[in-house]
Amino acid sequence: MKMRRGGRPSLLNLALLVTCWVVGQSRATEMEIELKDNAVQCFYEQIEKGQRCFLEYQVTRGGNFDVDVALFGPGDRVIYQKQRKQYDSVDFTTTESGEHYFCFSNEFSSFTHKVVYFDFATGSEPPITDEIGKTHKAFTQFEVSVMKIHEALTLVRDYQTHHRLRESKGRDTAEYLNERVQYWSLGESILLVVVGLCQVFVLRRFFANKRSQI
Amino acid sequence: MHCVKVLLAFVVCLGTTRGLYFHISETEVKCFIEEVPAETMIVGKYKTQLFEEGRQMWLPSSPGIGMHVEVKNPFGKVMLSRHYSAEGRFTFTSHDSGEHTICIGTNTTRWFGGNKLRVHLDIQIGEQAVNYPEVAAREKLGELQLRIRQLLDQIEQITKEQVYQRQREERFRLVSDSTNARVLWWSLGQTIILILMGIWQMRHLKSFFEAKKLV
Repeated sequence: MKMRRGGRPSLLNLALLVTCWVVGQSRATEMEIELKDNAVQCFYEQIEKGQRCFLEYQVTRGGNFDVDVALFGPGDRVIYQKQRKQYDSVDFTTTESGEHYFCFSNEFSSFTHKVVYFDFATGSEPPITDEIGKTHKAFTQFEVSVMKIHEALTLVRDYQTHHRLRESKGRDTAEYLNERVQYWSLGESILLVVVGLCQVFVLRRFFANKRSQI
Repeated sequence: MHCVKVLLAFVVCLGTTRGLYFHISETEVKCFIEEVPAETMIVGKYKTQLFEEGRQMWLPSSPGIGMHVEVKNPFGKVMLSRHYSAEGRFTFTSHDSGEHTICIGTNTTRWFGGNKLRVHLDIQIGEQAVNYPEVAAREKLGELQLRIRQLLDQIEQITKEQVYQRQREERFRLVSDSTNARVLWWSLGQTIILILMGIWQMRHLKSFFEAKKLV
């Protein structure tokens, strides 16, 4: 379960955290999907009104690393729509209850597969056990510190994921370059030898049986 | 009317839905990739609903459907390949770091066509997969001890990710070094080939013209 607050947790954030622990359903899913050429893939979720939701996506492999993304609310109302984006994050609060869905489209590409990473989180983090959620008491200094550490560690995990995705893209390009250097160099060398041989034999043919004219 | 139907469906599903869902046909297999470090536990929960054409609605539960879950490790080897019922839970622990592929499909014998299915899927990785109320009950931990346990699990997961990051960075460095070496040796090689070809061409033509008594 992820918390979506950047920066250091303030007292207000903590108060919000505590109140959110009493109410609120939370979901978070992160995964990578492969989009074949001309493919569209949609994911749906039933979300209540007034829930703070967060969608983050990044294209990790394929072509120009771009994808069409659209996020819809109930009744096909467009919340977010972008064409050919490489990465972005959408932070929104639902205005009605119902089926919300988002789609990734690779329809503009005729032959490159894309791999898209996305992370969709709704609501805020649930309490660690049901009992903590039900009792409403003041937290000691120690407990507040522990909660702060927990939030900071969740942030660390987020940063690690972002770093992994960025590095993955770089590594992919490096591996592709490595392969290309090999094949192209081999091809060029062969071409070099073939062209050299052809030049000599064509030249020889010019001089054969035309001795009298030279 | 539509609002009432949506609301009703929502209320019915409230107790049983789990997170995101997507639609597939009976013959389709959907695959998801999870990039995880080694020794990480991944728990997946899913629930399948069938779309009944006659009543144009999603049945709340369809026990007759069988689902097939297949998990492949980063090297393409199958780690888990099992049949489950329409609602199930699968767990596996990664032995290697890298991209694991989780494929879900029905175990239908048809080749094409088929009914529409809605699959609810919830995949949790590492410390998010741990059921803390269960841990508290089993090991009889107090509230604070449980929170500290959660912090320890998080830190363990962060450490595993860092180890994986070091492995990836090493691979990246090896690839870059390899490209560097390849560019160097191929350039050198091609220059030598060029010079040798030039020398051979000139010598061959010289002997050719001498043979033809033109020079």
